[in-house]
Amino acid sequence: MSPEAADGAREESDRAEVRVGVLALQGDVREHEAVLRGLGAHVVRVRRPADLEGLDALVLPGGESSVIDRLSRLTGLRDPLRDRIREGLPVLGTCAGLILLADRILDAAPGQETLGGLDVLVRRNAFGTQTDSFETALVTPAFDGPPVLSAFIRAPLVEELGGGTAGRDAAVEVLASLPDGRVVGVRQGDRIGLAFHPEVTGEDRFHRQLVEAARRRTDDTAMERTARDMPCARG
Amino acid sequence: MSAPASTTPATSADAAQEPAAGTVRVKRGLAEMLKGGVIMDVVDAEQARIAQDAGAVAVMALERVPADIRAQGGVARMSDPQLIEQIQQAVTIPVMAKARIGHFVEAQILQELGVDYVDESEVLSPADHAHHIAKQDFTVPFVCGATNLGEALRRIAEGAAMIRSKGEAGTGDVSEATRHIRTIRAEIRRLASLTEEELYVAAKELQAPYPLVAEVAATGTLPVVLFTAGGIATPADAAMMMQLGADGVFVGSGIFTSGDPAKRAAAIVQATTFHDDPAVVADVSRGLGKAMVGISVADLPAPHRLAERGW
Repeated sequence: MSPEAADGAREESDRAEVRVGVLALQGDVREHEAVLRGLGAHVVRVRRPADLEGLDALVLPGGESSVIDRLSRLTGLRDPLRDRIREGLPVLGTCAGLILLADRILDAAPGQETLGGLDVLVRRNAFGTQTDSFETALVTPAFDGPPVLSAFIRAPLVEELGGGTAGRDAAVEVLASLPDGRVVGVRQGDRIGLAFHPEVTGEDRFHRQLVEAARRRTDDTAMERTARDMPCARG
Repeated sequence: MSAPASTTPATSADAAQEPAAGTVRVKRGLAEMLKGGVIMDVVDAEQARIAQDAGAVAVMALERVPADIRAQGGVARMSDPQLIEQIQQAVTIPVMAKARIGHFVEAQILQELGVDYVDESEVLSPADHAHHIAKQDFTVPFVCGATNLGEALRRIAEGAAMIRSKGEAGTGDVSEATRHIRTIRAEIRRLASLTEEELYVAAKELQAPYPLVAEVAATGTLPVVLFTAGGIATPADAAMMMQLGADGVFVGSGIFTSGDPAKRAAAIVQATTFHDDPAVVADVSRGLGKAMVGISVADLPAPHRLAERGW
């Protein structure tokens, strides 16, 4: 960790702790946990509906999207997950997580469904097989500082923005694209979907956005939450 | 593009600015995404579809499952490319395929076919009794078997991006899988307790490169994902491997030589995810039909033990 990052982590930890869940049915759960802990978040593994209690934000990790979809249905987790996302829970999905967050997908496995939450069309395995996987620097207008370096591993791609479901609370904005303009990162409200894996390259700025969204949310409802028997008061 | 010689993934500061395929991080990265999952051996497109529907995180394409290789004997080689392509067309999840130990041309063919991982596997007849494939130069990542930490680190030094403990393939007897995962994990714990001087001796004893030994001692873990394989036949076997510290499991003969492959495959997937919850493992273990009959490893004469292949 760089000295600046260490200062950042200390600064974060001085503030009220936020509870961030990581969907832990399958995939690179540990990598996301490490980034979130570095940002001072309290991390909870989510495998059952009860694990969603009291979460301020959620990460949908990389993994095999068809397997995570299948297990989320078997465990009765899918519907409560959909409800929480619809209610506005801040969510960050990477790779398989982007697929799970997409309202519409192409090249799905037979019977594969998504949780939804981002008004985008995402193509699964859009770059080809593993021999086509790569790492590269991205175009990320929202961030100052060093370029976002990231790993694309049998990655999906955002093929269309909007044009699907009506009545969303915010427009879909592009967070990251490849140098040729293809869209690989989007944000809609407090939901962020990335085709790549910032969590494997030590890139924490997207997770930082998630944690900040969670803090805004907890600050907004601090009074209410304090009254509701939360383990610690926020303010 | 060839992988860098370093065994440690590059940090953000030195990562390539231009798109780079086949880097250490990209090769190890796919294995990271498979964690918590089950990789299933399949011999045709139909089995591959059953495996995908049951929740396999990847399939391993091969001509004969290890139990049949064991029963039928003869030389076991890389599968026919046509079979591999049929399996690739049948599923959307990653497809792995096996090359013989040391057979770098079989590996070149598999890379050309666009498989997602090459398994340089002791289940096939070795093509080289001294050398493993030099795996750094390939774009496709490799998984290799290991019975102990030294063997695992030698494979990682050669460029393996994922390790599976070997177990004894094609037996349905989990005892060797247990021994190998326990051995590797115990040797890692031991390294973490050694002083710097002792680590040099440990590297000599493990017959593994010192930098890798020092890295494992410092981090308390392998630098790549560790799955387990060889003899897993039931949901309980898979859950035990996960509780012993595996990142995921390979199931070979155990699924498609059983009475109800689709049901057993799905049960093993759930038992792997909920390995620490006996209620779930008990629930999914009910009514699975006949398990693989299997052979006790104790009854196998040493020359027939596949785990002893690899050096």
